[in-house]
Amino acid sequence: MSALRALLVAATALGLGATAMAEDKPNPPADAKAFQDYFVKKFPKVAFDDFVNGPYSMNADMRRQWEEKEQFPPYEFALEAGKEMFAKPFKNGKTYADCFPNGGIGIRQNYPYFDDKEGKVVTLELALNRCREANGEQPYSYVKDEMASLTAYMAYTSRGKRFDIRIPDDPRALEAYEKGKEYFYTRRGQLNFSCASCHVQSPGERIRAEILAPALGILNAMPIYRSEWSGMGTISRRIVTCNSQTRAVPLEPQSDEYRNLEYYLSYVSNGLPVSGPGARP
Amino acid sequence: MRTALALGLSLAMSLSMSAAAHAQSGAAEGQKLAFDRGKGNCLTCHEIKGGDLPGSIGPKLENLKGRYDRAELTAILNDETVRNPLTVMPPFGRNRILTEQEISAIVDFLQTL
Repeated sequence: MSALRALLVAATALGLGATAMAEDKPNPPADAKAFQDYFVKKFPKVAFDDFVNGPYSMNADMRRQWEEKEQFPPYEFALEAGKEMFAKPFKNGKTYADCFPNGGIGIRQNYPYFDDKEGKVVTLELALNRCREANGEQPYSYVKDEMASLTAYMAYTSRGKRFDIRIPDDPRALEAYEKGKEYFYTRRGQLNFSCASCHVQSPGERIRAEILAPALGILNAMPIYRSEWSGMGTISRRIVTCNSQTRAVPLEPQSDEYRNLEYYLSYVSNGLPVSGPGARP
Repeated sequence: MRTALALGLSLAMSLSMSAAAHAQSGAAEGQKLAFDRGKGNCLTCHEIKGGDLPGSIGPKLENLKGRYDRAELTAILNDETVRNPLTVMPPFGRNRILTEQEISAIVDFLQTL
């Protein structure tokens, strides 16, 4: 069975918009509608905006524990650090604010975007390191620490703003989206899981004591403090970890494949509010 | 003749006894493999008698002997996507997560459930 056919069979059986997928032409708005309808139908008791709260939206016990934790959120330290870092000028006197629209405040919901000059998807993490390098600074690790702090602050200033990912009228943008979608639904690794195996087919179910989060809104909460990591992690860290947990070989953070994946997954969560930084078990 | 018969009989008995003993030790070994996080790790998805903190993705593993024969259980462990392309169950045999012997021991264990 070809990968595409397998994808189609899987998506059809999941009720994921057979019409959207069976059409010859890619149709992102129809994809997003089918994707969101699938989760809304699967979890009729979960309010739409609550999907950004991942496992807490599907389990009352965990939600109680989380609400208690939010009194003293575990990401607070990173958030404070990120705020300071964001304001501190580079050696050349410029700041992050000079690299971003609106001085970088309240813009999380617009990332990733398709850059027509580069012809590729640009994520917030990538844009932050590019900003550093353009100003003569060393790039940060994509997975944690400073990058998590900076994105935590940028998410925080955007809380409540709804994801607004655009796919411009450019065949390269559509191709990036389609590739991200294919990555999302393709099985890989020794355990033979796709992203969708866990986060579309099985959200709300337990793997051991953990509750699987729904794919819908999963990026809206990033970056996250994970108790399992004893620290903060970025979107890059989340994806790399997913790959290694399914015994696949992770790609380099911010590889084209991951950028496309983030583009797809963010697009189909359009309309959901930014809730990051988040906390997860 | 009588001696030969008696000999044959005792041989047959000891053979079947050792087969039973083998299945028993196979089942014990199989349970270990099934619960081992680095091997079968079955509890991640399935509730199984005797196992702690089971997940809920797969069905509870009970009354298996009445529902599946040995060949079917072996086939499911080897590659359940053959029967059900949408399953999230890892293909333990096909992807060399477990050896043939390990799968056989786990099947011994599953048949005790």
